[in-house]
Amino acid sequence: MPDTDIQGSAYNYAYLDEQTKRMIRRAILKAVAVPGYQVPFGGREMPLPYGWGTGGIQVTAAIIGRDDTLKVIDQGADDTTNAVSIRRFFARVADVATTTRTEEATIIQTRHRVPETPLRDGQILVFQVPIPEPLRMLEPRETETRTLHALSEYGVMQVSLYESIARHGRIAKTYNYPVMVNGRYIMSPSPIPKFDNPKLDRSPALQLYGAGREKRIYAVPPHTPVKSLDFDDHPFEIETWTESCALCGSKESFLDEMIVDDAGKRLFVCSDTDYCESRR
Amino acid sequence: MRGPLLSACGVTKRFGGRIACRDVSFDLWPGEVLGIVGESGSGKTTLLNCLAGRLAPDGGSVTYETLSAGIVDVHHLSEARRRLLARTEWGFVNQDARDGLRMGVSAGANIGERLMAVGARHYGEIRREAIDWMTRVEIDADRLDDRPTTYSGGMRQRLQIARNLVSKPRLVFMDEPTGGLDVSVQARILDLLRGLVEGLHLSAVLVTHDLGVARLLTHRLMVMQGGMVVEQGLTDQVLDDPQHAYTQMLVASILPV
Amino acid sequence: MTSSRPALRVCGLTKSFIVHAQGDLALPVLRDVALSVSPGECLALVGPSGAGKSTLLRSLYGNYRADGGSIRVRQDEAWTELVGAEPRTVLDVRHRTMGFVSQFLRVIPRVSAVDVVAEPLRRRGSEPAEARRRAEFLLAMLGIPARLWSLPPATFSGGEQQRVNIARSLIVDYPILLLDEPTASLDAANRDGVVELIRQRRDAGAAIVGIFHDTGVRDAVATRVHEVLPPAQPAGVSPGVAA
Repeated sequence: MPDTDIQGSAYNYAYLDEQTKRMIRRAILKAVAVPGYQVPFGGREMPLPYGWGTGGIQVTAAIIGRDDTLKVIDQGADDTTNAVSIRRFFARVADVATTTRTEEATIIQTRHRVPETPLRDGQILVFQVPIPEPLRMLEPRETETRTLHALSEYGVMQVSLYESIARHGRIAKTYNYPVMVNGRYIMSPSPIPKFDNPKLDRSPALQLYGAGREKRIYAVPPHTPVKSLDFDDHPFEIETWTESCALCGSKESFLDEMIVDDAGKRLFVCSDTDYCESRR
Repeated sequence: MRGPLLSACGVTKRFGGRIACRDVSFDLWPGEVLGIVGESGSGKTTLLNCLAGRLAPDGGSVTYETLSAGIVDVHHLSEARRRLLARTEWGFVNQDARDGLRMGVSAGANIGERLMAVGARHYGEIRREAIDWMTRVEIDADRLDDRPTTYSGGMRQRLQIARNLVSKPRLVFMDEPTGGLDVSVQARILDLLRGLVEGLHLSAVLVTHDLGVARLLTHRLMVMQGGMVVEQGLTDQVLDDPQHAYTQMLVASILPV
Repeated sequence: MTSSRPALRVCGLTKSFIVHAQGDLALPVLRDVALSVSPGECLALVGPSGAGKSTLLRSLYGNYRADGGSIRVRQDEAWTELVGAEPRTVLDVRHRTMGFVSQFLRVIPRVSAVDVVAEPLRRRGSEPAEARRRAEFLLAMLGIPARLWSLPPATFSGGEQQRVNIARSLIVDYPILLLDEPTASLDAANRDGVVELIRQRRDAGAAIVGIFHDTGVRDAVATRVHEVLPPAQPAGVSPGVAA
């Protein structure tokens, strides 16, 4: 539905032209059909630099409609520059309602976190992804990583976990912790803390991942098994804190450590601002 | 009696107009170690790569009797099957250990990779197996968590051997496994290989230009010249009673010690 | 005398060397050799130096490639032809049936004397400890001092190396034994030990073919002689074969 008259601007609805959106939707459909598989797409130049969420924005632009309610978070916060800019961007070019409330949102674009509030059917979580290839640090050749995925040859990924235990006595990776999707593809969950990995498993929400620089889209459809890689004798574990949130008292959420004065006084607060506010 | 483990039939490989190997045929039987000798450029390594499925020949076929799926044509297998074969039933020992090792991860991870690739998920057991293999190739178990970059040339080569043998392959391809090493280091690796090949009932195809290595490790020899096999037979017979002019020249060229 | 069936039978064996570096010079050595050895026999090859005794022995072992004729070995109650045989057939015969004692030990780097000796037994599937015991027994019997057993034989004297080699070749009870000057560089005492071992083997039923320059040794072990003559004579007047 071409709609060129958004608040008097000459831009198409949701910034991208309809052909581009169609192309991205096709990539998304394929990604949903093959969970965890990285689908190449014709990434466009967006009005913000690579690394600021160009992949996520294109995915959001391709799926958003006037009835949607958009929430954007960055490191769990709704009020950081990046989150505010993207939220305003879509309010302007897509004429959608925005919210900071996880329950109210139909689309949540996120960088580095999954909301603490459990997601529900019908919600879509759009991740901004810097490096989509989980094997990249182990195998620099793209032709080879593609072959490894195609043949499910994932020994090298396990090698990296082995090496981590050998060096640190445990799997020291704390974010961007690799997962196996639907028993088939190893996937990078984007740089979310491993604390959030269990939330990906069989989530009722649709997860879409967009990498702008590398021009890849991948997805985890609702209720899909997502398993964090580990060893039988070194099982996957999430972070825990002895402290609780200084603002809401939560003991269950992911906490950020803050230095609050020149004396080095430390404070732990929820990384998810919406969750924290709703509990106060 | 069982059939041959590996059979080459008329294997031919060209690079542009140049023929690297021509019409090579042989059977490798279980437990046999076949040496391929000849000087540089005679097509030995090209042939080895064709046999190991790393290079597609322009003519001929290579068949292998798998453990579970009967006889397969190595070059008609899907890439997935061929790669699986290469990291389970086969081994490949490169001349330069750096080509066969992951230099960025520890020795233990290098040895454990094949185990993890086929589903091993118990860190402690992988480690135990890695230590066992370190010991078998005479590397101090203390060095388990060190990277091969800190190893000497001989140790790297022994680590590469362990990395290959941990999956208990039936067939190992070796490309000048002692090339570029000091003589004393060479002797240790030769001795080690001899013991392992015998103890594990391995079959092997070994490419070397060193007739001493061939005599020590192989049962049979193929002598290559200009891409063709000019003579083959029992190793000691080929070396002690060479028939072909080229083999006689090769044998006569060995410096006496 | 040959009451039992022969263990080794040779007929029409021909062997020449072609030296390509010298204009394909042909050096005929063996022509139409025939012989047969039964269990319990020790056949001594005699003839002037250069007549081809060693070549004949090596051809029997498959170390030299015969040009024509037949070398048959009794194995598994059947004849196995070695001329033109597949390498693995020859290896199988060497593995189970036919042993060879050469004059010189081919040293294996880093492997101790006792392991060098034990290896053929181990390769046939014996317990390593048992193979080692047998090896030590043989080394002791051949007069190798125990302090040398764990050393690689590379630094041993010629006589010591030869005895290690004899022990290695005799550790397996091969039904057929080929001996190339087994006592060549041994002193009297050690020679007697070797002679005793060979006689034991012969009397236990091994079929033996050997070259023994020392007539004393030859008389002590041989039951028959086979004359090998230089091949200078034209075909047709080849010497009668002693048998």
